[in-house]
Amino acid sequence: MAGADGDDSLYPIAVLIDELRNEDVQLRLNSIKKLSTIALALGVERTRTELLPFLTDTIYDEDEVLLALAEQLGNFTMLVGGPEYVHCLLPPLESLATVEETVVRDKAVESLRKISQEHSPVDLEVHFEPLVKRLASGDWFTSRTSACGLFSVCYPRVSSTVKAEIRQHFRTLCSDDTPMVRRAAASKLGEFAKVLELEYVKSDIISLFTALASDEQDSVRLLAVEACVSIATLLPQEDLETLVMPTLRQAAEDKSWRVRYMVADKFSELQKAVGPEITKNDLVPAFQNLLKDCEAEVRAAAANKVKEFCENLPEDNREQIIMTHILPCVKELVSDTNQHVKSALASVIMGLSTILGKDNTIEHLLPLFLAQLKDECPEVRLNIISNLDCVNEVIGIRQLSQSLLPAIVELAEDAKWRVRLAIIEYMPLLAGQLGVEFFDEKLNTLCMAWLIDHVYAIREAATCNLMKLVEKFGAEWAQNTIVPKVLGMANDPNYLHRMTTLFCINALSKACGQEITTKQMLPVVLKMSNDQVANVRFNVAKSLQKIGPILDSNALQTEVKPVLEKLASDTDMDVKYFAQEAISVPPSHSSLFTPLAAVILEPQSPQRTTTFSPSVRWKVLAADGATSC
Amino acid sequence: MSAISASEKVDGFTRKSMRKAQKQRKSQGSSQYRTHTAPVELSPLPQLKDAPSTEQQELFTQKLQQCCMLFDFLDSVTDLKSKEIKRATLNELVDYVSTNRGVLVEPAYPEITNMICTNIFRILPPSENPDFDPEEDEPTLEAAWPHIQLVYEFLLRFLENPDFQPSIAKRYIDQKFVLQLLELFDSEDPRERDFLKTILHRIYGKFLGLRAFIRKQINNIFLRFIYETEHFNGVAELLEILGSIINGFALPLKAEHKQFLMKVLIPLHTAKGLALFHAQLAYCVVQFLEKDPTLTEPVIRGLLKFWPKTCSQKEVMFLGEIEEILDVIEPTQFKKIQEPLFKQISKCVTNPHFQVAERALYFWNNEYILSLIEENIDKILPIMFGSLYRISKEHWNPTIVALVYNVLKTLMEMNCTLFDELTSSYKADRQREKKKEQEREELWKKLEELKLSDMPLVQNNSHGLPSVQNNNNNNNNSNSNHEDQERSAAAVTADDKDPDATAAVSESTPCAK
Repeated sequence: MAGADGDDSLYPIAVLIDELRNEDVQLRLNSIKKLSTIALALGVERTRTELLPFLTDTIYDEDEVLLALAEQLGNFTMLVGGPEYVHCLLPPLESLATVEETVVRDKAVESLRKISQEHSPVDLEVHFEPLVKRLASGDWFTSRTSACGLFSVCYPRVSSTVKAEIRQHFRTLCSDDTPMVRRAAASKLGEFAKVLELEYVKSDIISLFTALASDEQDSVRLLAVEACVSIATLLPQEDLETLVMPTLRQAAEDKSWRVRYMVADKFSELQKAVGPEITKNDLVPAFQNLLKDCEAEVRAAAANKVKEFCENLPEDNREQIIMTHILPCVKELVSDTNQHVKSALASVIMGLSTILGKDNTIEHLLPLFLAQLKDECPEVRLNIISNLDCVNEVIGIRQLSQSLLPAIVELAEDAKWRVRLAIIEYMPLLAGQLGVEFFDEKLNTLCMAWLIDHVYAIREAATCNLMKLVEKFGAEWAQNTIVPKVLGMANDPNYLHRMTTLFCINALSKACGQEITTKQMLPVVLKMSNDQVANVRFNVAKSLQKIGPILDSNALQTEVKPVLEKLASDTDMDVKYFAQEAISVPPSHSSLFTPLAAVILEPQSPQRTTTFSPSVRWKVLAADGATSC
Repeated sequence: MSAISASEKVDGFTRKSMRKAQKQRKSQGSSQYRTHTAPVELSPLPQLKDAPSTEQQELFTQKLQQCCMLFDFLDSVTDLKSKEIKRATLNELVDYVSTNRGVLVEPAYPEITNMICTNIFRILPPSENPDFDPEEDEPTLEAAWPHIQLVYEFLLRFLENPDFQPSIAKRYIDQKFVLQLLELFDSEDPRERDFLKTILHRIYGKFLGLRAFIRKQINNIFLRFIYETEHFNGVAELLEILGSIINGFALPLKAEHKQFLMKVLIPLHTAKGLALFHAQLAYCVVQFLEKDPTLTEPVIRGLLKFWPKTCSQKEVMFLGEIEEILDVIEPTQFKKIQEPLFKQISKCVTNPHFQVAERALYFWNNEYILSLIEENIDKILPIMFGSLYRISKEHWNPTIVALVYNVLKTLMEMNCTLFDELTSSYKADRQREKKKEQEREELWKKLEELKLSDMPLVQNNSHGLPSVQNNNNNNNNSNSNHEDQERSAAAVTADDKDPDATAAVSESTPCAK
């Protein structure tokens, strides 16, 4: 063992070094991922004096290895001796934070942020903050980009002189001449603002924010929009108008659609941050403009926010604002030329009914729902159908059922299988809301038709759908409406359809219960063991294994066992394999199946019993082990 | 929706290109037009050539101003007359600046650049097809091209006019102008990018003061493309411009240029859409190496670092680039990188993808590379031998096997004795490798055990003994009393149960197996 010879403590690092130099990246990666093991074996002292310098010196490797290293080092505090020594981890992480590859750098910054919390205030000033400064004034843009993410973690815990320096560095990076750095600074602006004292938010952050928001590159300007949310939250209401709103108004009308898109995308957050008064006066018209934007991308992003925006309007005149300002735009979007816009709207529009109440919904929204249910784009119809529950609560689904049905039927027969798949997934929900009668009358045929779809994924989903329906409507319903049709397919000339019968049985047997399974399903399965197609036969074996736990032991012994034995000597090797599998390996969780294996494995014994002595049970276990090992 | 093709009925997974082909070629307008107010109808002005020379300049200005009116080309019915007038005027302007001398007087410059800026500088609209695959999809074309094309044409003729004076123009064609021009390279319309390429090249040639700025901005575009967005349509065009720029670099190369090679061009090889600009990229790299051969080693090491792991198509491109580099390599440089390089090549020849293996084996058809190999056969043969020998027996593709036999024959002729030695030691070498492999596994297993023995200790720590010294002590203990610890750990899990029962349990497990 490890401690047997005295010098053994040396070999972990030897292995590591050896492996780190291996040509195979995978081995180097393994080695890095075990770094904590190695550090543990070395002890804190040698980890600090040998391992870390070694790692710092050898940082030139594939990015994947570096990524693993950056991640590991974030969790190394205990392994170097606790918070008191945590600064030992800074040199390797510092060089990782200057690497070109973004994921590595980001991970290094993440680890640095993590260990910054473990620094004492003194160490933070002596070790961490100088590192941030070095990064912030690095030659190549990568180190400056990394620095942007580190200001906010050290700022709150350093002295006021150092704070002033940090603010100065951040300012410099916000006007860096590479756009990559300005983007990084802009994306951290909000986070940095949060840790600053309010006076500096007003004096420093606002001017940086204004500058970034009017940067020459739209990729920078759009990030300023994100920061706008945090900044607006920090400022007192009375300052918002002068400090934030001019910039925000400008962003909402930016000439680049990317910036306007960002405003639309962050609209709910902005709304919350600026409060109800400004929302009423400024954001409502801005939102209207975004809903009418010339770029579909922007309209779609805004359409997505319609419900949230309306929900968060001040309650006193919410209805009036919606009815006079928002709804007219929404009406136009229903017949937008772009399908993404319509489908974004369709995914939220139903939510308006709870806000507007029954009468408004019937008068104003229902015509829109109906129009969208007839939309040429399947995604739009699907989005309406998938949100039916909101309307159901307000006006009941019956109002819609006349238009609903043609829409469902058309989706059910859509040429794209993904669309069909999507509508199948809503069937149980629809069935629950429309009730069993409506379902039997209108939708049952559809559900059965999916079973013989030419795409396997649809047949599979249809099977699963049946199971959920049975869970909803009960075994008796199943016996009358579904089971006969499913079993009928066992005689279909197409073997894929015959297999579907088996898949349905697998899915339905549990929900249908022992009675139906034994009396109606089992005979069909057993009969199919004579099928001429091997795929059907081995699926019989699989099905028997699945439904075994539901059957009683008598049926298992007298009916299932002989069939499986016959299949176990089939000419086809796959059939044999699955038959043997069914005989020997019980499904993992069912204890019921053990007797089946036992029954079948005791062919020599003259009298077969259904109860076992402990010794027999042990034999079964042993035999089980033998076949599965 | 109702028209379903037969193939779609049979199989939901129709090929992407088939689905795409059904779509019509689309065109789109710029995002800019739609934010403008509706255009005023244009009325035709008299022809420039008919005007008396004293009024020509005034008329020229008027025409330039007239051409600042923008039209909606997605709407093909409105403003037809005005669109035609603008088109004719632009044609006339192109003709005017390319055939006449003395028309570029100083006051014309701001009018000219204003007309150009108004027309071409626009925010490119979002892509119609968010997962646009430039290799397979038809690009979306610019709807306003009938006008924009003429404006580009005009700009080009303006720059190429013998009277053109950069010293005056630099007030208008400044950094901001260049920056906006560079942003347009992201256009999906290849016709537009082609014009931009020529124009930027002219600007680079004529405005010495903008050169460094242009290079820096191209750098930024590339870095953003590599590390942030992975999306920019004009990479190939920008590289093409750079190819000719590099050609003109003075020797010795500035640090800035070397940095560009190592930190921008080499990482560009990692891009997903490398196929779209690889030819231009490889050209740039080779240009650099022809300028300064000492860069060969870092370049090849860089390529080896970014060597594709899973994409065979890219691997073939890398091999192509390596051959281009080897074509111009100096023998002294070759010696410096032959080992790592041939280790990679030896991996490539064993690649199960026959195109990769084939591309690597084609190196042996290159006379110059052959001479380099022959010169260094003592080093290269031992690296290559194992792989070649193995695939000569194992590769599934007969063409590859045939090629390998030829290569082996060539190598044998280069150094017969070494070849024989390697053949006879092949088996022993393989065994040695296997043994090494086993040893490594053993070592790791031991390490694993170490970790296992440390496990309880780690748990202890997290349960509230944060002291470092304690950690250290436990560590030593665990090394020496490993077996004891394991037993006690087992006892802990058994805890309140009868110890005999747990023993029985643990014994029954091996029995059952």
